[in-house]
Amino acid sequence: MTPGSMRIGLLHSLIRKEEKLLIAAFKNAGVEPIMIDDRELIMDFHHAPDVDILVERSINHSRALHALRLFESAGVRCVNSHKVAQICGDKLLTTAALKDCGIAQPECRVAFTEESALRAIEELGYPVVLKPAVGSWGRLLSKINDRDAAETVLEHKTVLGSYHHSIFYIQQYIEKKGRDIRSFVIGDDCIAAIYRTSDHWITNTARGAKASKCEVNAEVAEISIAAATAVGGGIVAVDLFESDAGLLVNEVNYTMEFRNSIDTTGVDIPQCVASYVIGQVTQ
Amino acid sequence: MGECPVCAATVPLAPDAIAGELLVCEDCGAELELKSLNPVVLDEAPAAEEDWGQ
Repeated sequence: MTPGSMRIGLLHSLIRKEEKLLIAAFKNAGVEPIMIDDRELIMDFHHAPDVDILVERSINHSRALHALRLFESAGVRCVNSHKVAQICGDKLLTTAALKDCGIAQPECRVAFTEESALRAIEELGYPVVLKPAVGSWGRLLSKINDRDAAETVLEHKTVLGSYHHSIFYIQQYIEKKGRDIRSFVIGDDCIAAIYRTSDHWITNTARGAKASKCEVNAEVAEISIAAATAVGGGIVAVDLFESDAGLLVNEVNYTMEFRNSIDTTGVDIPQCVASYVIGQVTQ
Repeated sequence: MGECPVCAATVPLAPDAIAGELLVCEDCGAELELKSLNPVVLDEAPAAEEDWGQ
């Protein structure tokens, strides 16, 4: 099959810079992607739009997760798969998958009530980071430095939050000296990495952290590829902490954002994604 | 070109503009969604939802 005859679907909602770059990359490779807007999608558990492969780029995790399941039910191969979206979209499931594969990560506890969460926090020792199991862009992260803060945040989450916020995901705070690493894995390759540097303890670029190039050395590549494999492989971005004990995997992202990482790394990430997807169709 | 639904300024469109694309009005700073190209329709982009992003 030649690229020109491929039917590559691109599932999206709002078109961000990443989606425009991907569309251009596919066109450069001779493929006109079939745009599938999740806001207009109606599925019946049997059929899906006629595509050879689906590239998932929806901004909404919940839509992506469910749409991927339905596309796969209809026999459509998806990049990334529903399994990868399910694991990466839930920090609890990510931690479990990394643990199953023996991959280094911060200590973590999960609790389901205010009282047990407080005990879990004190067992880990202050400071800790409380995260929504499902969430992104560094939103609703709480660094908890003492018991007063713990009691306050736990009560607020219980009383004011939806039930999701009473699944308490508690992570050991890692002193990362103002930066973390985001690496990009496509298939079996770690193609690029950036440092994300901020004066704030949250180092998401969506929260203002600055991106700079990080060399992909053997240590970065090895743990990044291992983490990607642990969650099911495909196209993912891996967040790493540099700790005294070596690199630790913080999170794995399955609809990766890369607009700040192309010029920074010199790697044409959208072209790499397009090449990988086209290769998957011909396999 | 389209018209900003917030401040009525003219919003230029890139040659490769596509429906669903996010734009920013240079005059008022509003985040806009290009709803359609023919005719050009701009609307305020939806506010970020809890499950957005990575």
